[in-house]
Amino acid sequence: MPGSIPAFDINSRPPAVLGLRAPVGRVGLLRIVRSGAGRVGIVLTCGLLAVALLAGRIAPVDPFASVGPPLSAPTLAHPMGTDDLGRDLLSGVAHGTRTSLLLALIVSVLTGVIGVVVGALGAWEGGSVDDALMRVTEFVQVVPRFFLAVIVIALFGPGLDRLVILLALTSWPWIARVMRAEVLSLKEREFVEAARSLGAGRSRVLFREVLPNALSPVVVVVSLNAASVILIEAGLSFLGLGDPDVVSLGYLANNAQRFLRVAWWMAAFPGAAIALAVLGLNLLGDGLNDALNPRGAS
Amino acid sequence: MPSRYLLRRLAHVLPTVAGLLVLNFCIIQLAPGDPAIALGGEHGDAAYYMFLRARFGLDRPLPEQLLTYITNVLRGDLGTSFVHGRSVAAVIAERLPATLLLVSTALVLSSVAGVGLGAWAARHGRRPADVTINAVALLGYAIPSFWLGQMVLLALAVGTGLFPVQGMTDARNPQTGFGYLLDVLHHLALPALVLAANELALTTRLVRTGLLEALGTDYVRAARAKGLPEGSVIRHALRNVMLPVITVIGSRAGMFLSGAVLVEVVFAWPGLGRLLLSSLLARDYPILLGMFLLISLAVIVANLITDLAYAWLDPRIRYQ
Repeated sequence: MPGSIPAFDINSRPPAVLGLRAPVGRVGLLRIVRSGAGRVGIVLTCGLLAVALLAGRIAPVDPFASVGPPLSAPTLAHPMGTDDLGRDLLSGVAHGTRTSLLLALIVSVLTGVIGVVVGALGAWEGGSVDDALMRVTEFVQVVPRFFLAVIVIALFGPGLDRLVILLALTSWPWIARVMRAEVLSLKEREFVEAARSLGAGRSRVLFREVLPNALSPVVVVVSLNAASVILIEAGLSFLGLGDPDVVSLGYLANNAQRFLRVAWWMAAFPGAAIALAVLGLNLLGDGLNDALNPRGAS
Repeated sequence: MPSRYLLRRLAHVLPTVAGLLVLNFCIIQLAPGDPAIALGGEHGDAAYYMFLRARFGLDRPLPEQLLTYITNVLRGDLGTSFVHGRSVAAVIAERLPATLLLVSTALVLSSVAGVGLGAWAARHGRRPADVTINAVALLGYAIPSFWLGQMVLLALAVGTGLFPVQGMTDARNPQTGFGYLLDVLHHLALPALVLAANELALTTRLVRTGLLEALGTDYVRAARAKGLPEGSVIRHALRNVMLPVITVIGSRAGMFLSGAVLVEVVFAWPGLGRLLLSSLLARDYPILLGMFLLISLAVIVANLITDLAYAWLDPRIRYQ
């Protein structure tokens, strides 16, 4: 599929050299280990995933159970100390990491689906469908997610389910825009033209030729978006808007604020876990970007 | 900048604002229980809710209610806070200056320092100074603002006592004149720095990456070949680099304001963030809805300013 690089919108990402960008899941993803950022990102993200999956093993104590003296500094029995009610903070951080990552994962899948469908549909259909979808995208993009979540939780009560729905419904515009730009540029390419002239139907061209090639920049955006979802959940829980029945990292940070002067560990460890998760996902996004879009890599 | 571009861009704003009003209206209508509670908070008495029902025509058909709601908001009437016993607009206006002071200081700080640091790092491309700045920026971008606030508070305010722990002024210090100004600045330093950290990290990274790329282009080579001093060459390249930087800063207005709210809570800064927290605790919904509307409008205005700045910097941007 070598050939001329088609003209592209200055706002979209440049196409990879000769259009040979690897589809997601094949060579492209392996190339991520070549970039330093990607390596650190993978290690951090996998490490936190392991903590999340093995939370029950790492910290066998119920994070809500009172198991030690209150406000105890880190000791061998409680490596991250205990909180004001004598609850083990290591358990809290491990289970909180699980909550944060699970939330980020579900929201990422949902936003990925919405963003890909909206972006691909708009670019593929063009015309008034595209116009309408782009107006909606622009509108959702200006709605401040964090404050919308504050209002909705204040009025409807806290809960992870509504937080997932809310963040999924407000976090997709970036993905849709990237997807749209990719499909717009791909649908004029020669290999798509070739498939069409061989008699492939519209849906076959879309699903077999265009979409697999358009997905790689979307993966990058999804991982960066997951990082912001973790930050938003942490911020909401910090304001006391988290689900009171589920331990989350923001919930621990909120609790820590009242005891800041007497128990530094209550603030230090949950916050560090949030920072590591966000850093990991950002680096993963950077690494994916370098791997999937070699021309843009520095 | 041609006035036609300005007009078309302004016309873009109207449907967005209309959409926001409808969104707000839908939230009020969909809230569990009576919309009168969403409009009046949970502390009113029966007579007050009766009054609200009559005032907002809550027994009328929905389209009529929407019209009443929009007319009220356009008149600047955001409802009344039962907790404060005053209009929502007045309560918010009272807290606005403190937040504006914090936000604008942080924004100036992060933009100026971010461009400076980014340019400095790019000039030391891939040497230890550059690598250090890049790594710190990556970390700074990932740290949640409230946590950075807590840690800075512990280390610099509680630990060393160099900075005040909370609030905007100290009752023991002068309440007027130069002394007052110094007192406010002393209280402002830590929250502004903490709020600036995220944006500073992002701006630094964007400027660095952009400049590294720009320094390899033909026009920079040409400028160097002419014998321009390195400072002028960087300034030359910066103008092009600033375009995406401005877009990113502008598009993050919502994130930035949510950071401001959290930082205010950590440092007990008497602005909108504190008002948000106390209104959450008091279930004072009219204040919350008014703040949501105000912040959404601020985001729209920020986007507008971004686009206009972009068009002003880049003559190629014109409406088709």
